[in-house]
Amino acid sequence: MGSIRIIAEKCAGCELCVAACPFGAVSMVDALAHISEVCNLCGACVDVCAFQAIELTRPQASPAVPAAGGVWVYVEHRRGQVAGVVYELLGEGAKLAAELGEELGAVILGDGIRPLAGDLVAHGAEVVYVADAPELADFRDEPYTAVMAAMVGQYQPAILLFGATSTGRSLAPRVAGRLRTGLTADCTGLSIDPETRLLVQTRPAFGGNIMARILCPNHRPQMATVRPKVMKRATREEGRQGRVVEVPVRPEDKAARTTVLELVPELTQAVNLEEADIIVSGGRGMQDPKNFRLIEDLARVLGGAVGASRAAVDAGWIPYSHQVGQTGKTVSPRVYIAVGISGAIQHLAGMQSSDIIVAINKNPDAPIFQVATYGLVGDLFEIVPALTAAFKKVLAD
Amino acid sequence: MRFLVCIKQVPETTDAKINPQTGTLMREGIPSIINPFDMYALEEGIRLKERQGGEVVVLSMGPPQAKEAIKEAIALGCDRGVLLSDRAFAGADTLATSYTLAQGVQKLGGADLIICGKQASDGDTAQVGPGLAEELDIPHATYVRRISAMAPGEITVERLVEGGVEVVRMPLPALITVVKEINEPRLPSLKGVMRAKRAEVTVWGTEELGADPSRTGTAGSPTQVVQVFAPEIRKHGELIPGTASEQATTLVERLRAARVV
Repeated sequence: MGSIRIIAEKCAGCELCVAACPFGAVSMVDALAHISEVCNLCGACVDVCAFQAIELTRPQASPAVPAAGGVWVYVEHRRGQVAGVVYELLGEGAKLAAELGEELGAVILGDGIRPLAGDLVAHGAEVVYVADAPELADFRDEPYTAVMAAMVGQYQPAILLFGATSTGRSLAPRVAGRLRTGLTADCTGLSIDPETRLLVQTRPAFGGNIMARILCPNHRPQMATVRPKVMKRATREEGRQGRVVEVPVRPEDKAARTTVLELVPELTQAVNLEEADIIVSGGRGMQDPKNFRLIEDLARVLGGAVGASRAAVDAGWIPYSHQVGQTGKTVSPRVYIAVGISGAIQHLAGMQSSDIIVAINKNPDAPIFQVATYGLVGDLFEIVPALTAAFKKVLAD
Repeated sequence: MRFLVCIKQVPETTDAKINPQTGTLMREGIPSIINPFDMYALEEGIRLKERQGGEVVVLSMGPPQAKEAIKEAIALGCDRGVLLSDRAFAGADTLATSYTLAQGVQKLGGADLIICGKQASDGDTAQVGPGLAEELDIPHATYVRRISAMAPGEITVERLVEGGVEVVRMPLPALITVVKEINEPRLPSLKGVMRAKRAEVTVWGTEELGADPSRTGTAGSPTQVVQVFAPEIRKHGELIPGTASEQATTLVERLRAARVV
């Protein structure tokens, strides 16, 4: 177990560590630094201390790390329709597996999903583990957790990756809990530490205001959910070779207390936000719900999805499912076009990892321009229709 | 019926700024609040109790000052609150937190429905809700936007998933995590504030819980934060000048050059 302490004789009471702590765990008591229970041993204070007055002992790697090998990708799908993030995980997983000199595996659960194995192999999976049973037709946390845990127990992968989707973020914590291993949420970067061969997981916290690197040194598998649209998609290559392992499903693992009654598709949204390559979002500057037609027109021409700021959702102009930001969805499309959105920090938290950000706003001082790749200051009611027309023209050519 | 709401005290990060020297969040003067998502969980728990009777209990894990968050929840209408606090709980990751909360739930004698916010605004992991359900071996549903029915012994909820809404039925006891769409949280009443002032917050540590010390705090946490740093600052963007149609033409050129359209 790790611990941290202040060496009273060395502490000068300079308060550098107080400011450096991202968790608010350091305060001054009798002119000496004091570290409270909320400390999570990140070491930010140790780095900043000019007097070497803070001693941090990290938990030592126990010799009892279970032997494990292979990088696994959980194949999320809905009735055979594979989620886009799976191909991104296969792309990233292949790099990690190559670095470790281990195999890339894809794990798929469902009913009648055996034929999907070929597509996964073409995208780089060297082994496809298939658990096929009628009870697994719909995704439900309980049987999926039981089956995943059983497969991990049998084949002992070193790394297990999920997409940070509504399914992945529900299933992965249960699987990690069952296996009593570590799980890092919503990663935006993964790499292998060459020395320790551990998975280095990078993720944003505090709505993207800080980044953290996280390790899971002593437990296997090292589990992570990965934010969609961040990793590069695996390319499909015919002729790739891979094995298919059919894993029998034990009767006791099929039990589920949860029943999925129905899935009601959202009609106002042709493409879902988390999977969209292009998002056009409207904010308070739209002034009226009917003006969202301008946003929809531009999104349609670009084949993108429609997003919104909290202000537009709270005004009742567009349903909550379109909200991007801290209390809505976190997205990272290739292009994010913010129209009439000032760029409150809560909104930025949900979209600032987009590749290209375009801001259209009449106020040149709006904070959105601080993160914009391209800024267009002006009247959105002129610019947006002009953009729609210009894209329509070039895309028609 | 017993409704149990799990909350977390977090720093109010609305005006979070990065210290350019240290590259970390500047926290001075930033007050602690109840995680914004947990406000919807509290509201839903209180509404359920008002409709169905029974009690609504608030549970949290954190340092002693998190008592304030529990009192605030009591001011909103919770009947009572329990804080799990012990130096040995410090540095817990989501697995250790789920375990510790589960010990608290069990010591309370369980609950018919546990309600959590979708995620905490500081860690943003969304892992503790499902993790707690797993520790307790009860079913769960995440991203719930509406409780559509509650019959004796079961609950039907609508949850937001990619591209639509899934309707799910579960037997009780169960756990749900809720999104903002589910309700409009109330403000505390004067009576509630007075009651909260007098309320005693129960505090349980390792001993009271009978918790396994190898499963709490850093000892029970498989993950370790090894580094915290400021995100890369975006290169300063390009301001595209001209009339609306000139701006549009330039932007189309830029995006085509970047091969994104």
